[in-house]
This record gives sequence, structure tokens and C-alpha cells, in this order.
Amino acid sequence: MTAPALARPRIAERAAGVTDSAPWLGRLMLAPAVVYIALVVGVPFLMAIGYSFSTVTIGTSTPRFVGLENFRSALEDTAFLKALGNTAIFSLVSQTLVIVLASILAIALQRKFRGKWFVRLLILLPWVAPISLGSIGWLWIFDPVYSVINWTLRHVGIFGPDTWPIWLGQPNLAMASIIGVHVWRTMPLATVISLGGLSSIPQDIHDAAEVDGAGFFRHLFVITLPLVLPILLVAVLFGLVFSITDMIVVYVLTRGGPFDSTQVLASLAFFKSIDGGDLSGGAAVALFLLPVLAVCAVLLLRLARRAEVV
Amino acid sequence: MATVETRALRKEFTGHTAVDGVDLAIQEGEFLVLLGPSGCGKTTLLRMIAGLETQTSGDILIGGRLVNDLPPRARKIAMVFQSYALYPHLSVAKNIAFPLKAQGAPRASIAGEVERAAKMFGIERLLQRKPRQLSGGERQRVALARAMVRHPDVFLLDEPLSNLDAKLRNLARDELKQFQRRLGTTTIYVTHDQVEAMGLGDRIAVMNGGKVRQLGRPQEVYDEPADTFVAGFLGSPPMNLVPMEGVLVGFRPEQLLPPAAAAREDAGATVPMRFAVERVEHLGAGRLLYGTLPDYAPNEKIIVSLAYTVHSSIEAGHSYDFRVHLSNLKFFDPATGVRVPARPLPARRSA
Repeated sequence: MTAPALARPRIAERAAGVTDSAPWLGRLMLAPAVVYIALVVGVPFLMAIGYSFSTVTIGTSTPRFVGLENFRSALEDTAFLKALGNTAIFSLVSQTLVIVLASILAIALQRKFRGKWFVRLLILLPWVAPISLGSIGWLWIFDPVYSVINWTLRHVGIFGPDTWPIWLGQPNLAMASIIGVHVWRTMPLATVISLGGLSSIPQDIHDAAEVDGAGFFRHLFVITLPLVLPILLVAVLFGLVFSITDMIVVYVLTRGGPFDSTQVLASLAFFKSIDGGDLSGGAAVALFLLPVLAVCAVLLLRLARRAEVV
Repeated sequence: MATVETRALRKEFTGHTAVDGVDLAIQEGEFLVLLGPSGCGKTTLLRMIAGLETQTSGDILIGGRLVNDLPPRARKIAMVFQSYALYPHLSVAKNIAFPLKAQGAPRASIAGEVERAAKMFGIERLLQRKPRQLSGGERQRVALARAMVRHPDVFLLDEPLSNLDAKLRNLARDELKQFQRRLGTTTIYVTHDQVEAMGLGDRIAVMNGGKVRQLGRPQEVYDEPADTFVAGFLGSPPMNLVPMEGVLVGFRPEQLLPPAAAAREDAGATVPMRFAVERVEHLGAGRLLYGTLPDYAPNEKIIVSLAYTVHSSIEAGHSYDFRVHLSNLKFFDPATGVRVPARPLPARRSA
């Protein structure tokens, strides 16, 4: 064969090279995500770490390295300690509720019944609706004057003429309210994850339990829940991390009030650094739970792997 | 132990009928095999007896008691699934104990019962393991132990051997039959494997299209098939069905023999048939001959199976005078496939 005849197929081979090589194709397809995360999450994250060890404020041009000073002063700040406690209550209570309710919902949604698609749609709605829209709806529901909850409960006769709670204005009620909205908002994802876990259990296992004589509760607690546990743990992990790092419900509904009773770390960091101009102090608050979150993530992932079956 | 009876049992799924009016009466301690190709309704029938599927119409009686509306747990049955359906997160011991606990057996007696069941199936040393640490054969034994531990009235087995490799399957089949004999528990066994069915069943119900085509002892179903479906489904290779003047004549591949071999058998008159051999397969334990019967149906391929004890030399491309015993010829209606009474063979085309 002559040389020119050989050259032509070689060009064609090279053109097909990138998409044919699995490692390079993989890198190529991952690249946009990696670049995006690096720029939008990675860079600000590193900047925040840098800020938390220095004295940056909005307007300073010569930051000074101060070591752990920002963290030390945060620990002496009563507002910070309050926010830390609130964050714990907010995330733990909301995620406990979410996981219980999502499991019940998922189990119910596994059964066949009329109008199932409609129920599914309703449940997914909070997740697909923009949160600002949803929260504004909730603002109206909790409104001190026009609260539909109060109006309904009074007309049903549960509230007497003197009962008219101010949902977002009384400290305990405000916390309960933001937990309620957060549960409403994060439950769809947990439900979908649990549903995925439930449908991964082979039907034979359920049939065997049925034939073996298990009643509803034995079936649920001895067979179904243990088998779906690894996936439920993933839902808990997502939920916890999301609850600890998110501030939108607090920001829209209460701005941390009344008297900081609903202030969480994420919202405190925002108010401190953006509204207050203390970038270093805010960064320290925001990063405070990073080790906790990291440990939480590693623990849950390890648990999930250990509980994995089949 | 109990009898199991189904009366005009039907199951319709949207758009098709899975089980179409099945009447069965299974005696106490009997081993009944439901045999049929996939999609014939045998598993659906078993699941209805178990209570895992609700019938569209008809009745199910276990031990003479109508169980139509009883949930599976109230039917005193145990089931072994094709996948074994062991609980993957529980140890072998807990798997076997599960039905006892669910039944509310006294705590003190459970450990002993589990031990006894494990010993019976030779899996005592596996009790602390998880199912994923077991081989296929071990899983199958655990599934059987879990099924028998609470002394059910009826065993329901859904292709329990199909996930085992061929060698293990023969062994497991033999063991299964022995256990069933020893326990004397009424057993319904679903399979698509005719060898399993022939080997295990006291009786076989051959199913197709949601109906029981024939019910009888293995030899009966093999020797006297009720229709062409049964004739073709049982036996490997299946029965030869040769169209001859308005009737289908059937005979088994091992029943058309060279004269020397045919003569050695004592029973009755034989019919000569010229057999044109086209190809010979040597299979070790015997030979398969492919060819036609030029005098009766020159275009119909038939298969003849010769045991290794038949020494006649046969070569492809030659015709031989073979013989078949008259009593081995079965006649079927070509339109309906149903068996019809024996009749004289039509005249040969070239005498």
C-alpha cells in the first residue's frame, strides 16, 4: 500500500479520538461541573476561610491576620450562642419530623389508589415552587391580622374569642413556624428519596414476609424500615446539611426575630457580614459548623455503607 | 397437612386472562407439580393459592376451609420463592426464626425449633451468617428451612431450583423429594422444567394459556398426552407429530426403532415405517437421527432417538426399515389438537 492511502484513515482516527477514549470523554463531560463548582463554591469558600482569620470589613483595604481571634470573640457573643442553639433545634426537630413524615408518605405512595398522581403532584409542589413564592404564601398564612390558621381555628371553634396567637411574633411560636415551613419545604425531596429506597426492595421480600405471617407493624419495623435505612440515612444527611446551611426561610419570614429567637448561624452570618459589614466576623460564624458538618457527612456516609445490604 | 382445592379459579389482569377456570383437587400429602411454559399462568395460580394475588372469581379451599378472603398469614401455608427472598439484613438464624416470631410462638421454643430445622437441612454452621455470605445452594436450604420451621399445612414452591447450577440441581431435587416424603406435607411445585416435573411430582398438571391441559401421574402424562400441546411440551426431543390424511399421528422419538431393536420388545404388533435418515448426531449416551418418513409424510421432519444399547449401524443419506409398536401411536385432531381414538394407519403411498 502507498503512503498517501495510509494517511487518510489516520486523520479520521484522530478526529474520533477524544470521544472514543473513555478517560478523556469523562474528563470533558465533568469539566463544566468542576469549573462551575470551583468558581462559584470553591473560590468563595477559600476566601471565607481567609477572611475568618483576618480583620476584613467592607471598606478595609489592608486586612491583618489575627489567627483564631474571630472565632474566640464569636464564642463570647451571646447572639452567636443563641443562634448556635437555635440552629441545633431548627435542624434536629425539622429533620426528625421530615424523616418520619416522609417515610409515612412514601409508604402510602407505594400503594395503589385512585388519584395517586394528584397526591404525588401535591407533595412535590413545595419542591418545584420557588421558595420565595412559597414563603410569601406562608407570610400571609402567619399574618398577625389576617392569619388563615387563626381564622379557621376560631370558626371551627377550637380557638375561643380571646385566643389569637401571633405566629411570627412570639418567640416559641416563631420557631415552631419556621420549623413548620422548613418541613413543608424539604419533605418532598426526602419523600422522593425514601420512595426510591422502598422501590429498591424486591417484591419477593414483601411477599415472603406476608406469607411468613408478619402483620403490618412487624413487616414495617423488622423488614421494610431496616432495608430502607441506608437510603433514609442519605435523606437525613441531605436534610441536615441543608437545614444547617440554609437561611431563606428565616430571612423571608422572621429575619431572625423576635429577639433573635429564630436567628440561625446562616442568617446571623449574613446579617453580620453583609448588613453589618463585618466580613471576618460573618465568615467565622459561617465556618463555625464546618467541622461539625464534615464529621456529620463522613459519619452518615460510613453508616450508610455499613447498613447496605445484598 | 391438608387438601387443597381450586374451583373454577380465574384471574384477569387488564387485557388478558392469566388463569382461566382452573379446577384442581390436591390430596393430603400429595406432591403436585404445575408444569408449563413461561406465561402459562402457573405462578399466578400458585400466588392465588398463597393469597398474594386475589382471584377474579372462583374458590380456593385449603383443608376443606374456604380461604378466599383470608390473608396469606392465615392460610397456614409456607412458600419458597425462585429468588429465595431471604431477608438480606437478618442472619440465617433470624431468617428461620422470623415465621415463628410472627406467629407468636413462645420465645423459649424458638431457638430449639430453629436448631432442628437447621439440622434437618445441614446448615447449622451457617446460622450466624448473612444471606449474602451464602452460596446459591445454601440459600436454597435456608429458604426451605424457613418454610418448614413452623409446620405449615401446605408448601408452595415457585421454581426453587432454577437458580442452581445443573449439577447441584439434580442433588437438590433428590433431597427435596426426600424431605417432602419424610414430612408428608402437601406440596404444590411450580416449574417449567419437565425433568423436574417428571422426577418430583406424584401428579403433574400441565398448563398452557391459563388452563390445565392435562392432570395425571408423570408416566401417564408422558405416555398418554391429552393433546398436542402436552405431547410437544413433555419429552426431549418432543413427540413426533406426523400429519396423515386428516389426522396427526404421534410417537415418541425413542419409539421408532430399527427392526432388531423393535423385535426385542415383547409387546404386541408393530408397524413398519421406512425412515430416510438425513443426519446423525452422536450424543454419547445415544444417537439422534434426523429424517423423514417418505411413505407417509415426505416433507415432515421427524427425530428418532436411539439409546446407546441399540447397535444397528445407521448412516446419513440412507433409508431403513424402522418399526413402531402399534400401541405407541397416538392420534390427534389436527384442528383442535385434542386426542382422538386410535384408528388404522392410512395406506402407505408406495407399498
